[in-house]
Amino acid sequence: MAVAAEQLETTAGRDQYRALAFRRIVLICGMLVALCFSISIDMALGPANYTLREVLTSLFYAESVGDQLRVVIWDIRMPIALMAVTVGASLSLAGAQMQTILANPLASPFTLGISAAAGFGAALGLIGGVAIFPAAVQYMIPINAFLMAMAAALFIHFASTMRGVTVETIVLLGIALVFTFNALLSLLEYLASEQALAAVVFWTMGSLTKATWPKVWITGAVLLFAIPLFARHAWALTALRLGEDKAASLGINVRRLRLHTMMTVSLLAAIPVSFVGTIGFVGLVGPHIARMLVGEDQRFFLPASVLCGALLLSATSVVSKTLIPGAILPIGVITALVGVPFFFVLIFTNRRRAW
Amino acid sequence: MVGLALKGVGAKYGKHTVLSDVDTDILRGGVMTAVIGPNAAGKSTLFKRIAGLASGPGTVVLSDTLKGPETICYMPQDTGANAVLTVYESVLLASKQGSSWKVRDSELLEIDRILQALRINDLAFRGLGELSGGQRQLVSIAQALVRKPEVLLMDEPTSALDLFRQIEVLGFMRRLAAKSGMSVLIALHDLNHALRYCENTIVIAKGAMVASGLTGDVITGTMLRDIYRVEARVEMCSHGKPVVIVDHSII
Repeated sequence: MAVAAEQLETTAGRDQYRALAFRRIVLICGMLVALCFSISIDMALGPANYTLREVLTSLFYAESVGDQLRVVIWDIRMPIALMAVTVGASLSLAGAQMQTILANPLASPFTLGISAAAGFGAALGLIGGVAIFPAAVQYMIPINAFLMAMAAALFIHFASTMRGVTVETIVLLGIALVFTFNALLSLLEYLASEQALAAVVFWTMGSLTKATWPKVWITGAVLLFAIPLFARHAWALTALRLGEDKAASLGINVRRLRLHTMMTVSLLAAIPVSFVGTIGFVGLVGPHIARMLVGEDQRFFLPASVLCGALLLSATSVVSKTLIPGAILPIGVITALVGVPFFFVLIFTNRRRAW
Repeated sequence: MVGLALKGVGAKYGKHTVLSDVDTDILRGGVMTAVIGPNAAGKSTLFKRIAGLASGPGTVVLSDTLKGPETICYMPQDTGANAVLTVYESVLLASKQGSSWKVRDSELLEIDRILQALRINDLAFRGLGELSGGQRQLVSIAQALVRKPEVLLMDEPTSALDLFRQIEVLGFMRRLAAKSGMSVLIALHDLNHALRYCENTIVIAKGAMVASGLTGDVITGTMLRDIYRVEARVEMCSHGKPVVIVDHSII
């Protein structure tokens, strides 16, 4: 069949599309530069402030700087700065794909109860000393959090595949999970000792100060595993936004795509939360900012979501160090304060392209 | 030229049979076949079954096809209005399923051609959410055409279009089918459109096929009374074309 037989009167569409794609690539490159800048500032700030030049020299010519500077930058600040990047990127990517496969703008690890489940899992370890996976007691807290988060994510997924379950039902189920796990958490807190209670409260606030190199590697590895997987299905995931019937009519196995995506998203959401605690805002807002900037073609939306989340959390890390000099505030508390004003500006200046 | 025949085709959702015993002679490419019937008769289900999106008994026989079963394209009634995508992007992604990220110039020029042919090139960079239902239907047609099917199953493609657009789209599809040899099956509620544009007609009612053949032979006063519960006549207009004239409903 050849529609090509019709006379082509103008190539304006092609030219405009090429220009649009170029603008998006420039935007994504700009975000990457901003992220590098934010990471550098994040590493410069702390109890001992360094200049950007000192940070960059320590990064690229480590042998030419003093031991103290090298240790502070490489062993203390860089894991925290990179943890902000990997956690922000993972949560934002998880939120983006949850919103895509569930066709719901409210979907995120936080709003669907995955973070609350992880919080409950961690509290089980912190308060009751209960190890869900007894073989690795020394990693009880993150493993508990991870297993509970995975269980919640899979519950949401299998509920979403049941006949007659609508998008609204999924959100209601998520909200029910949030309330259930928060109630269980409160019950544990009520029964907890003062010391354990303080540990749980601090854990649920989310903090990057727990970052270590192994945690950075694990979070980064999951991210590096997930990105190519989503990239391979970029066209199919984009088509899913046209509706289930339309996607199926384009030859996509919607059920399998949803299952694979949800399994990967569960990992992406559960691992960061199990390491750094509850950080709620990034997974919801990161994808929305990306969507408003580059639309929903996954070839642009995917990297933009990753970079938005990473940039949001990295910038938050900077703010958490500068709000009260000498103190590092829990990042989960600051995230919304940094993200909300920016989000509002985007919503009110770019309403036509919001969800 | 492609040929499509249905042999005892049915469809099931779980254990529940929703369509059964659809048999047709070979529907040759180059013409349009109307699929008509009351609401919830099973027209969409038949299309999904032919496209392999629903399971059930029977066989869908394709002959003289260049691409095999993948050449069948089902076009649902609507395309998503919530996606933050432009019309151009939504047509592009329909053509790129299963391919690489790289977009070639020839692919973009094909989209330009289709949008121009459907006269929606002025909408190319509007968001899907900004379009009316009728405009989205035209986008849906573009998404189907860009996949270059040999068999196209169109599920009520004109239901949200104004009269001018209905005539334009159906005329365009008929010319395209004749020129390319594509076989077009089209679910319609307007029986005058079926009489005017479709060579063959299949009638579906209560999950089963009740008639099939040349449109002029199938759409009759008796069929309209039995299937649609209306008292109606098929008469020739002053231009010598058959039209359905409905007198009243039968309660």
